[in-house]
Amino acid sequence: MMEPEALATMPHAISTQGLYLDGVTVAFDGFRALNNLSLIVEPGELRAVIGPNGAGKTTMMDCITGKTRPGSGIVKFGDRDLTRMDEASIANLGVGRKFQKPTVFDALTVFENLELALKAPRNPIACIRWVLRGEARARIEKTMQEIGLTARAHDLAGLLSHGQKQWLEIGMLLMQDPQLLLVDEPVAGMTDHETEQTAALLTGIAGERSVVVVEHDLEFVKALNSRVTVLHEGSVLSEGSITHVQNDPRVVEVYLGR
Amino acid sequence: MMTRRIVLLVAVLLLALLPVLNALPSSNPLHVSDFLVSIIGKWICYAILALALDLAWGYAGILSLGHGAFFALGGYAIGMHLMRLIGPRGVYGHPVLPDFMVFLGYRELPWFWLGFDWFPFAFLMALVVPGLLALVVGYLAFRSRITGVYLSIITQALTYALMLAFFRNDMGFGGNNGFTDFKELLGLPLNSGTTRAILFYAALVSLVVVFLLCSALTRTKYGRVLTAIRDAESRVRFLGYSVTQHKLFVFVLSAMIAGLAGALYVPLVGIINPGEFSPGNSIEAVVWVAFGGRGTLVGAVLGAFSVNALKTWLTSVAPDLWLIALGCLFVAVPLLLPKGLVGLVRRRKGKA
Ligand SMILES: Nc1ncnc2c1ncn2[C@@H]1O[C@H](COP(=O)(O)OP(=O)(O)OP(=O)(O)O)[C@@H](O)[C@H]1O
Ligand SMILES: [Mg+2]
Repeated sequence: MMEPEALATMPHAISTQGLYLDGVTVAFDGFRALNNLSLIVEPGELRAVIGPNGAGKTTMMDCITGKTRPGSGIVKFGDRDLTRMDEASIANLGVGRKFQKPTVFDALTVFENLELALKAPRNPIACIRWVLRGEARARIEKTMQEIGLTARAHDLAGLLSHGQKQWLEIGMLLMQDPQLLLVDEPVAGMTDHETEQTAALLTGIAGERSVVVVEHDLEFVKALNSRVTVLHEGSVLSEGSITHVQNDPRVVEVYLGR
Repeated sequence: MMTRRIVLLVAVLLLALLPVLNALPSSNPLHVSDFLVSIIGKWICYAILALALDLAWGYAGILSLGHGAFFALGGYAIGMHLMRLIGPRGVYGHPVLPDFMVFLGYRELPWFWLGFDWFPFAFLMALVVPGLLALVVGYLAFRSRITGVYLSIITQALTYALMLAFFRNDMGFGGNNGFTDFKELLGLPLNSGTTRAILFYAALVSLVVVFLLCSALTRTKYGRVLTAIRDAESRVRFLGYSVTQHKLFVFVLSAMIAGLAGALYVPLVGIINPGEFSPGNSIEAVVWVAFGGRGTLVGAVLGAFSVNALKTWLTSVAPDLWLIALGCLFVAVPLLLPKGLVGLVRRRKGKA
C-alpha cells in the first residue's frame, strides 16, 4: 500500500520552523483544559503526545490551528504568533491537521477530496479557473496509491469505512504539503498492518517536516521511536524517550498503570 | 446524461413555441391565450430566482429567507427606468417627474433617480444594487460566522425591513403604490403583443444562460469548495480556504442573478410595489427549490414551475387554500420528499 519512496511526493521545503508553546491556558467555564502548558517541537522533529482521556491533547491542537484562542500563553510557529491568526491563514502558513474524528467531504469523491486539499491558490477566482493538469493529477494519483484508495478514486468519500476515511484524511494532509503536521489519533479503526504502515509513513515524513502525533496505542507510539510527551490535566507530566516515560512513576500512576 | 440534455432542449423549445402559438388566430385549435403566455413568462423569471437561491442554499448551504428582496430591488431598478420613460405622458404631464413625485410635491428629481433614464445604467443597477446589499450583509454575517437558522432570520428581517422602508412615501420610490402605468421599454410599446413576445424571449434566453452558467460553475473546483463548505464548513477552513470569501462570492453572485430575475419580471407584469419585499415571497422561493430538489439546478427550475402552477390553479379554484397549501408544502417536503421531485425521479430510475 505505502512504500517509503512514495514519500518523494512531498519533496519541498525542509522545515526550518519549530513549534513553540509557552504557558498556554485554556479554560472552559472555569475548567482548565490546558493549564500552563509548555511544549517545544524542533524543526523536523517527530513528537508523540500521549495522555489519558480529557488530558487536553485535542485542545492543544485546537490552539495551534486557530480553532480555540488560549486565555493566556504563547503559541508560535517559527516567528509567527498563531494566537492572532485565523484557521485558514494558519493552514496556509503550512500547518496541516488530521482530526480525531475523521472529517472528509462525504458528498465528494476520494479524488475530489484530495484535489481540494492539494496545495494551490485558494481564492474563489483561482478555484473557478482551476484546471487539473498532469502534474497535479500525478500527485493526487500517487497519494491515492500511498493511502491505498486508488480503486475507490471515484467513489463518494461518504461510502468509505472508518479506517479508509482515516487514510483519506492522512492523504488530504499530505496533499497540503505542510511544514507541521498535527495528527490526532490516526490509527483508530485501523488493522495492525495498517497501523504499522502509518507509523512508517509518519517517521518517513519527519525530518523534512515537523510532526506531532497524538495516539493512545502504545505499540504504535513505540514504533514511532520518537520523543514522547505525556499530558495530564492540561499540562506536561513527563517528557522523554518512551522507556523514560514508561518508567516514570507519575505516568504509571495516572495513565499506564490503570 | 444525453437523454437529460434532450429533455431539457425539448422543454426550452416548447416554451419558445408559446409566443408563436399565441400569435395564431384564436380560431386556430393550437392558439394559446395571452394569459397563459404572460403567466409562463412570470414563472420563467421565478425559475431564474430559484436558480439563484439554489446556488446559495442547495450548493453552499446558505439558507437565505430574503432572496425576494434582491429580486424586488432588481425589479425596482428597471421600474425606475420605466417610470422615467413615461416622461410627459403621465397624468400630471410633468416633463421629468413621475406622477407620484408631482403628487407628493417634489420640485426636482432626487439624486438617486439620476441616470435611470438610460437603460444600460438602470440594467446595471438591477444587478449592482442587489449585489452590493448582499456584499454588505454577507460580509457582516459570514465574517461573524453566522450560519444556519440565524442567517435565515437575518435575511428574513432584511426583506421585511426593506418592505417597511419602501412602503414609506418619503423614500422616493412611490410608497405603497410602487410603480405602474409603464408605457415603453427600449422604444417598444409595452402594450403590444410583439413586445410581450420579446420580453418573454428575453426571460427565456436569460433562464437558459443562467442555467448554463450555474451548471458550469458548479462543475468547477469552486463548486466543489461550496459543497464542502455546505457539508463541513469548519473543516474547509483547516484546509486553508477562507470560508468567508467563498460564501461571500456565491452570495453576491446569487443576489445579482435574483436581481436579474426581478428586472425581467417587472416589464412583463407591468407593476412593482413593496409587496414584492414581503417575507412570504422569499419563503415561497425556498419552497420551490425544496420541492423541486435543492442542490440540483433542474430541480430548482422544476420546483418554480410546478409550485407556481399549483398556486395558479389553487388560487383560481379555492383562493383561501393557497396559504394553507404553502404551509403544508413547507412542512411536508422535508419530511416526505427530502430530495424533492428530482430525488423522486432518481429513486424511481434507480429501482428500475
Ligand atoms: N469546547 C469545549 N467546551 C467545554 N469543555 C471542553 C471543550 N473542549 C474540550 N473540553 C474539555 O476539555 C478537556 C480536554 O479535552 P480534549 O478533547 O482536549 O482531551 P483529549 O486529551 O483530546 O482527550 P481524548 O483522548 O478523549 O481525545 C476535556 O475534559 C473536555 O471535556
Ligand atoms: Mg482528543
